[in-house]
Amino acid sequence: MKKEFTLTIYTENHVGLINKIAIMFSRRKISLESFNTSPSEVPNIYRFTIVVVEAEAVVKNLVKQIEKIVDVFKVYCNTNDEIVWQQMALYKVPTEVIIKEVKVERLLREYGAKAVVIRNDYTVFEATGQGEEINKLLKKLDKFGLIEFVRSSRIAIINASEGIHKKVVEMELKNPALQTINNEFLDKKDQVFQM
Amino acid sequence: MNTLEIKETEKQKSETLVSGSVAVIEALLAENVTTIFGYPGGAIMPIYDALFDYKKQLNHILVRHEQGATHAAQGFARVSGATGVVFATSGPGATNLVTGLADAMIDSTPLVCITGQVFAHLLGTDAFQETDIVNITSPVTKWNYQITDASEIPSVLAKAFYIAKSGRPGPVLIDITKNAQLQLFDYEGYQKCDFIRSYKPQPDIRISYVEQAAELINQAKKPFVIFGQGVILGNAEKEFLQFIEKAGIPSAWTIMGMSAIPTNHPLAVGMLGMHGNYAPNLFTNECDVLIAIGMRFDDRVTGRLDKYAKQAKIIHLDIDPAEIDKNVLVNVPVWGNCKETLPLLTERVEQKSHQEWITKFHQAIAIETEKLIEPELFPEEGEITMGEVIQLINELTNGEAVMVTDVGQHQMITCRYSHQNKTRSNITSGGLGTMGFALPAAIGAKYGAPERTVIAVMGDGGAQMNIQELGTIMQFKPNVKILILNNSFLGMVRQWQELFHEKRYSFTDIQSPDFVQVAKGYGIKGNKVALREELKSALQEMIDFPESFLLEVAVRMEDNVFPMVPQGKGVSEIVLCKEDI
Ligand SMILES: Cc1ncc(C[n+]2csc(CCOP(=O)(O)OP(=O)(O)O)c2C)c(N)n1
Ligand SMILES: [Mg+2]
Repeated sequence: MKKEFTLTIYTENHVGLINKIAIMFSRRKISLESFNTSPSEVPNIYRFTIVVVEAEAVVKNLVKQIEKIVDVFKVYCNTNDEIVWQQMALYKVPTEVIIKEVKVERLLREYGAKAVVIRNDYTVFEATGQGEEINKLLKKLDKFGLIEFVRSSRIAIINASEGIHKKVVEMELKNPALQTINNEFLDKKDQVFQM
Repeated sequence: MNTLEIKETEKQKSETLVSGSVAVIEALLAENVTTIFGYPGGAIMPIYDALFDYKKQLNHILVRHEQGATHAAQGFARVSGATGVVFATSGPGATNLVTGLADAMIDSTPLVCITGQVFAHLLGTDAFQETDIVNITSPVTKWNYQITDASEIPSVLAKAFYIAKSGRPGPVLIDITKNAQLQLFDYEGYQKCDFIRSYKPQPDIRISYVEQAAELINQAKKPFVIFGQGVILGNAEKEFLQFIEKAGIPSAWTIMGMSAIPTNHPLAVGMLGMHGNYAPNLFTNECDVLIAIGMRFDDRVTGRLDKYAKQAKIIHLDIDPAEIDKNVLVNVPVWGNCKETLPLLTERVEQKSHQEWITKFHQAIAIETEKLIEPELFPEEGEITMGEVIQLINELTNGEAVMVTDVGQHQMITCRYSHQNKTRSNITSGGLGTMGFALPAAIGAKYGAPERTVIAVMGDGGAQMNIQELGTIMQFKPNVKILILNNSFLGMVRQWQELFHEKRYSFTDIQSPDFVQVAKGYGIKGNKVALREELKSALQEMIDFPESFLLEVAVRMEDNVFPMVPQGKGVSEIVLCKEDI
């Protein structure tokens, strides 16, 4: 059974790593629902957030393969109930419609959208939320002459995570503590069996 | 520091200016590289220019095609355990490496390939002989990297050698732009690398899993060991023998694991896989505890997965955590280098002999011997079989030769029947099945083990795939024995056409040149036999000849390799003959 998984990948900041990570998915013909990369809280360490819809066994093997890439520190793999996630969307709407239609203003308030640019001809609203909410607002604004729309990839925080800082410090030691270096899934053999 | 001291260090600094190319050579020397397989071209000329001054320290073998360089480096690495080194130029030189890299990747062979690249300012302009080799080779390298500044050369090469050899070995490609090769920089010496913060070559051993494994083994009535190249790569042959001998467990090898223990060891029960032996395939589905050591459950070994060892508890020892549960779900994952995990396991297992269980193997072996092995190795009439050639080589070399095989029927026959007493004797393209592997790999193997007899066993098809490397033999004279088992067919494909495609021999009847004449053109002595009476003396002549020698043996055209686990069947559905499919 396929499920949505969010992978969080911490890497060195090297040119070409995006390709090395991307081919892990394309080789297995897995399409990416969402792909985000940005610097993490630790200098020179990058964080990728990738969303895929796949069977658990496939994803777990994939995680181990990605973790094998030399410049990858750590890969976490989470289901939606283990993370807090958000996406951001920008909506460009004709300004005159907003002025005229009281409904639109109410709608935007309802979705917690805020204006980032207001011009005579158009206004750009920004809303954050999970895919569904963003879609709903999109549908509604479509009726009011929506000019343009863009949505960001997902970013996610892992509920149980302590961040990467401590891990990196430990990885920089030549003899790190036991639990830092072994593959998460191998350590949880019982859970592996549930796949 | 006073001004005088500062001046002094500045002077020293200017004295330590070296070119990127010299730094490359210095790195190789610091890594104890002795042999390079390569081919020059525009973008790597500065490195070749530097090499000119180091001819005494570094033996550069000019191959005839860059693919040949990669396979030669593989052969070198596989017999010696050292990292194979390759030089190639940019563009076509670099793309010619791809097959060899893929082969080295899937068979875990340590290589460092250095490619020249166009000047950094030309990257992305479709410059002459520019290819994006880093991206092209990403899926087939353990690591790759492009250097555009000479100051990176020492540290990146140190990383390259460390990554290639540590943990599960693999090929590394370093692409160096021409400006970096020419650039003079402040050389602060070469420092070997033994640590990369994001890279864990091997996981820490968990004693609890070793204990669980030992417990399972001690309770087992019908334990069975299957092992792969991990035993050889970990230099753990001794530790492996101590383990199986104490626990008294019959053991079978994958094609890549072959020769880790002598093939005639009392606990050796043969080769696994599609064309492996009858007993080990059959009893994979009868054992109660299956102990997999340094192997990766390739589909050619497992056959149909949902019919694979379902009755057994499975213990998997492997250095690569990603191999655990990849194809076969295991009960106890003993991860770590088996050189370290095996002694821990041996300590904890009871001394046993499992005589009854082993007898079952011998009964199955007897069936295979009578039905298949005897007629293959000792035919009394008809044309020569591939098996009898290998049997004679066993007799003539006492199982001491390095057998380098190409891909096809002759490969399976050689691996099935060759006697090998020493580790690192079986050099073949296992995971990729690369035709054209054997001739260059044998050249490399000879440089990696100059004291050993190296025999390249090839089919008539594969012999034509990297035949240009005869030129390398002509020029550098490695004493390589070239044995072509000519069945006038792309035999293995023809076998499948016969068995599964109603004998529709679609483009498998391949014609060959007169191989002996071709060899002669390259100044290599050769001979051709088709008669049984002449075979032994011809082989003897080939082996004894003080230089390279090519022997072509005309063998039966339409023989099939059996037994066989037909594709899509479980391992215990192995058949001994065509009629049983
Ligand atoms: C580069 C490459 N191309 C194609 C194949 C597919 N293939 C596998 S075995 C084989 C036949 C090999 O024929 P030959 O070298 O004569 O050996 P034989 O099987 O007859 O002993 C072929 C074409 C391959 N393994 N490698
Ligand atoms: Mg043939």
